Amino acid sequence: MSGNSIYQPQSAFMRWLERRLPIAGLVYSSFVAYPTPRNLNYWWTFGGILTFMLGVQLVTGIVLAMHYTPHVDFAFNSVEQIMRDVNYGWLLRYLHANGASMFFLAAYVHMFRGMYYGSYKEPREVLWILGVILLLLMIMTGFMGYVLPWGQMSFWAATVITNLFSAIPLVGESVVTWLWGGYAVGNPTLNRFYALHYLLPFVIVGVVVLHIWALHMVGQNNPDGIEPVTERDTVAFTPYATIKDTFLMIVFCILFAWFVFYIPNFLGHPDNYIPANPSVTPTHIVPEWYYLPFYAILRAIPNKLLGVVALGASIVILAFLPWLDTSPVRSARYRPLYRQFFWLFFIVCVGLGWLGSKPPEGAYVLIARIFTAYYFAYFLIILPVLGRVEKTKPLPASISQAVLSQGIPVGAPAPPPAAVGKA
Amino acid sequence: MTAVASSEPTRRDFLYIATGTVAAIGTAAAVWPLVAQMNPDASTIAAGAPVEVDLTPIPEGQTIKVFWRSKPIFIAHRTKKQIEDAQNVDVAKLPDPQPDSSRIKAGHEQWQVLIAICTHLGCIPLAEQGPYDGYFCPCHGSVYDTSGRIRQGPAPANLALPPYEFISDTKIRIGSTAAA
Repeated sequence: MSGNSIYQPQSAFMRWLERRLPIAGLVYSSFVAYPTPRNLNYWWTFGGILTFMLGVQLVTGIVLAMHYTPHVDFAFNSVEQIMRDVNYGWLLRYLHANGASMFFLAAYVHMFRGMYYGSYKEPREVLWILGVILLLLMIMTGFMGYVLPWGQMSFWAATVITNLFSAIPLVGESVVTWLWGGYAVGNPTLNRFYALHYLLPFVIVGVVVLHIWALHMVGQNNPDGIEPVTERDTVAFTPYATIKDTFLMIVFCILFAWFVFYIPNFLGHPDNYIPANPSVTPTHIVPEWYYLPFYAILRAIPNKLLGVVALGASIVILAFLPWLDTSPVRSARYRPLYRQFFWLFFIVCVGLGWLGSKPPEGAYVLIARIFTAYYFAYFLIILPVLGRVEKTKPLPASISQAVLSQGIPVGAPAPPPAAVGKA
Repeated sequence: MTAVASSEPTRRDFLYIATGTVAAIGTAAAVWPLVAQMNPDASTIAAGAPVEVDLTPIPEGQTIKVFWRSKPIFIAHRTKKQIEDAQNVDVAKLPDPQPDSSRIKAGHEQWQVLIAICTHLGCIPLAEQGPYDGYFCPCHGSVYDTSGRIRQGPAPANLALPPYEFISDTKIRIGSTAAA
């Protein structure tokens, strides 16, 4: 965590504190003087947006917990009470429900950015793996939160997802009973999901601290994928990165607010406004949009156990990405072939999301199988081979040289995202 | 630590291993209740006691749904045609080969008792639906015949049979042969 300058306590009290608990120095070196590559574009602001969204979810979630009742007889009505009776309850719940979508949106942008610019490569493997762990924690937290309103979709999502574990040979049924605390999804299930939905965000906070720690250990990657060499290659975190992060955070909040105030139920399902009924399954069960690609992979495989294995593997394989991509060049800017395969991968991921929302029949199944095959081939065949055969473009000697070659004078802010490529 | 190097185990080695073992067993013993508390509690198990169902009100061709252990159970009063459909099937060609006779109680061919949970991902199928006039799961399109056997779709197995017995010709007890 070396900075361009060292913290100098300005007052007698801060000098006194710094000798006992050097927290001001830590903050200064991590978030003020911390050198960031001068060529960072707006895709690098999503880490800050994610931290902000985590804060939004924690604050709105804790407030909602003060009005929510985790019991099968009261849960649905307590959510309706939040919507109708609690002061600003509608706002807090819509912020929380749409906040989950925004959180996942930002996480996916953050991940695709990391993949495009090779941010997972040496020495950032641990940083990347911590990110994959965060994704897994987010998926679990989001799923359990979706169960809490105890509507039809909540109940049947809980049933379908917990039943994934019944695919485990021999012990599957016992594991599912253990997860439920009963012979079906019921009150014990709702209770424990509530407890875990409250707990896991704090686990996420802990892993985020590790994620940021690892980031500050190795420094940020950048659009050119080369390490800063001299001080000319970096600018101080404050004000350059903080203001840039804040600006895009505000733009992101406009999108967030548009959902919350204009189409708060657009991403939800009407069936979840019907109280949970264990004797009737809704005719068309789909998960929230942010799980759809994984759901499509699950359904693309005609065998139950293998479908569940593929679902798990589609997430876990991300953790091995640093070793599956064999190219020494990080950024897609200098990898013309990789760039094409990457965008195809992006289209496949979005396409799987679309297929996940469609009924599993006819051509949808066929396309889902082709896309699933590409998803895994991308990691297991294309990336390992591409690193060996691809002829990459020459890398610039330094970040400052790369910036200057674009005709931007030294001392100017980083180039706008339009110079990077569209997404 | 002593500077003496010895290939023989010392008293200290013994104490290290003994202390570590006690700590490991203690941790395991402390974790066990924390894991076991998640299993069904005594009241849930008690509520899972056998239930008796009177079959007299169910007319031929109709299916009712009852609950046992929070699980929906189909009780179908099959028509003559449905019974024949279920029996006249080439069992070897089924995805999960089972003759109809092993899925009902002998002498009670008209009564089909099934756990109404799709073996795919736990949705509740619709009765008297689908191409085999049996059961159809709306979630992912699994089709079952009048014997509750899987015929099409992603489900890996036939609809499960609950443990039950006839206590008279018109009354069954569901769950009676199951250990609580």
